[in-house]
Amino acid sequence: MTSVAVSFDEVVKAFGPVRVLHGVSFDLAPGRVVGLLGENGAGKSTLMKILSGYEAPTSGHVVIDGTPARFDGPRAAEARGIVMIHQEFALAEDLTIAQNVFLGHELQRGWWLDDRAMRAETARVLKLVGLDASPDTPVRDLIVAEKQLVEIAKALQRAARVLVMDEPTATLTPGETERLFALIAQLKADGVTVVYISHKLDEIERITDDVVVMRDGRFVARESTSALTRRQMANLMVGRELSDLYPDKDPAPRAAPLLRVRGLTVPGWARDVDFDVAPGEILGFAGLVGAGRTEMFEGLLGLRPHGVDVLELDGRPLRIRNPRDAARQGLTYLSEDRKGKGLHVHFGLAQNLTLMALKRYAAPWLDPAAERAALKAAVDEFGLRTGSLDIPASSLSGGNQQKLALAKVLHPDPRVVVLDEPTRGVDVGAKRDIYFLIQRLARAGKGVVVISSELVELIGICHRIVVMRAGVRQATLSADQLTEEALIAHATGIH
Amino acid sequence: MPTPPESTEAPAGAGARARHAWARLHGLGPVVGLVVLCIAGFALNHDFATLDNAMNVLTRTAFIGIIAVGMCFVIVSGGIDLSVGSMAALIAGGVILLMNSLGKHHVPPTLAVVAGAGFAVLLGALFGLAHGLLITRGRIEPFIVTLGTLGIFRATLTWLSDGGAITLDNDLADAYAPVYYASLLGVPVPVWVFLLVAVVGAAILNRTAFGRYVQAVGSNEQVARYAAVDVDFTKLITYVLLGACVGVATLLYVPRLGSASPTTGLLWELEAIASVIVGGTALKGGSGSVVGTVIGAILLSVISNILNLTSIISVYLNAAVQGGVIIVVAFMQRRRR
Repeated sequence: MTSVAVSFDEVVKAFGPVRVLHGVSFDLAPGRVVGLLGENGAGKSTLMKILSGYEAPTSGHVVIDGTPARFDGPRAAEARGIVMIHQEFALAEDLTIAQNVFLGHELQRGWWLDDRAMRAETARVLKLVGLDASPDTPVRDLIVAEKQLVEIAKALQRAARVLVMDEPTATLTPGETERLFALIAQLKADGVTVVYISHKLDEIERITDDVVVMRDGRFVARESTSALTRRQMANLMVGRELSDLYPDKDPAPRAAPLLRVRGLTVPGWARDVDFDVAPGEILGFAGLVGAGRTEMFEGLLGLRPHGVDVLELDGRPLRIRNPRDAARQGLTYLSEDRKGKGLHVHFGLAQNLTLMALKRYAAPWLDPAAERAALKAAVDEFGLRTGSLDIPASSLSGGNQQKLALAKVLHPDPRVVVLDEPTRGVDVGAKRDIYFLIQRLARAGKGVVVISSELVELIGICHRIVVMRAGVRQATLSADQLTEEALIAHATGIH
Repeated sequence: MPTPPESTEAPAGAGARARHAWARLHGLGPVVGLVVLCIAGFALNHDFATLDNAMNVLTRTAFIGIIAVGMCFVIVSGGIDLSVGSMAALIAGGVILLMNSLGKHHVPPTLAVVAGAGFAVLLGALFGLAHGLLITRGRIEPFIVTLGTLGIFRATLTWLSDGGAITLDNDLADAYAPVYYASLLGVPVPVWVFLLVAVVGAAILNRTAFGRYVQAVGSNEQVARYAAVDVDFTKLITYVLLGACVGVATLLYVPRLGSASPTTGLLWELEAIASVIVGGTALKGGSGSVVGTVIGAILLSVISNILNLTSIISVYLNAAVQGGVIIVVAFMQRRRR
């Protein structure tokens, strides 16, 4: 098969008065895997959306095989073999996998849909991506990682020559990630150009041939991957020397537990889990996707049916039927699903910030000036980068949305806070900010629970880590036992 | 934590301000429409601009307008209520039956009127409570619940009236008449009540925690639930508020005709929903404006008033013109999200 040569020629993109791309030019060498690096807001996603026809450039061109191309939609780009797999899935939940894979490209026999052929072809591409599911499964019934695999299968079916993957492994387990990498190697051998966007530098190092770095809407560098260390990549992205990512660990607190949980059961997700959090302690929860960590804490918050033998905060029994009870008694939860459960993206920043502690601003009339003052304080405290205070949350970049979501769950001043994937989809700089914030919370005497799929970050910040597998607590490791190998062993059950 | 020095100033310049001004202008859409319509009305018939006509229009708007204020809460919270017209009819019938029976037991007419008015609001709130409970506890779609009660309310009234009219006794009608016909400082009572309901409604929606919760639930129920908002209670109260608004509208309406029949309040639900939408509230919920709703209600009745006063377009096409306006407004607002 032929390879497609893509280059960008002075591509500029502006949304209204805001310029997000300032004349980006570089080439994508055909048949190679290119890592596209940059902090949140660097313009990577926008550039790739232009490449794949979702956005039109304000000026400049995408050049395909030597001639400037102008796509009036993703279909036009697909016709040239350019396919993008989105960070946020573009799947119709009520349709089956096969119907989604062929959405907009249905096979027909005469006037009728050729379901049999579509099902067979879907089964073939599902096998390629290693998803063991019937083509007739409704997408609604899949978990997030499986949906990601369906997205990839869909792109494979389109016979992509240039495949753009935006954070494809954010939700995948290590096993699924391995399969994806094997698939990428196969695609590369077939002459497909792969653009791989990720914040995980170890992945970039492993699977890409070249890296392209962008910063603040500009092209910064292109290097052969083997010529750069991870630290050099990070420094190129941030544009300055990045000091240590993690704060120095404080000694583990020896106080009596602040939150005591015994026999927490969430039917279908968690069985008989015990744990304690001391004031000033950062307790991690590790495990594979589907180990039941998120669901267990959603149960604890009353968002799912659950049972618990002992639940005490500071020695007093807690009764939690819903997140309101929990917040009132000093326990709040940051959801892993920022857009679906964490923030009102159409709301303003102040309205998001104060929602969980709104009674403080209502006497009984709300005081917009006080809300605004609280927002200003939060902007400083959480290092929120925003041009204006009067924008909807959707206008913030991913990392800043996450900081706002953190500020929101901390606004009621909880005693214990549960942070579920606090750095998901966040760039290196914002990650570091969040780690230091977590340490400040612990120093202020709060109990902090961190759920994360990134073992390195758990090891970097936690005092102790609970490892879960299939809804059961496998082990609780203390600081001196924290290694990636030990965590993986417990999480996969080979210990 | 290191805070970059450019944090708050950077791109907040003229562009953001321009966008702001544009957003505000968009919010003024219904006002602009109303002003344009009024100028057109005056040009077509000079009687349009008289104080009498203005008060006439506002009085006729009051019933739908008061219901629309309540409807605004329900729609902003992501719900809908199709039953308000039937509910008004049943409340009207119930109030008249109660007052007549009090009259027969020699309760003074004034007292009977007060009791009837209180009963109207109470009955409305109870109907709203029933809706709210079926929707939140019963987990049934609001569209379905209120489609069901739409039939139940009107059929009950038809059965109570035996297909005819339930009429208020004469002495009671006389005692009750001022509620509709009297004026205070030259402004009819229903208009005062309309104004009061609108001001209170706007204050609740924009300036109380409850109002914020209503918007939060309508914008994204899941996020609201995770943010410790009592989603069910918030929804429940919006239906109770709407029911109470229907009660208030009905208690103002009863003295106008002094009777309730199977055609009382017919299609009020559509007029109320249309007022909310014309006023710039998104049907899918999340954001909305009580002031816009009030203007939307006035705008729709100004249209029919102009058709009545002029002969360019037949009065029979009233609903068609209103329908056209609704579609044009929706067309102009489609870019806002």
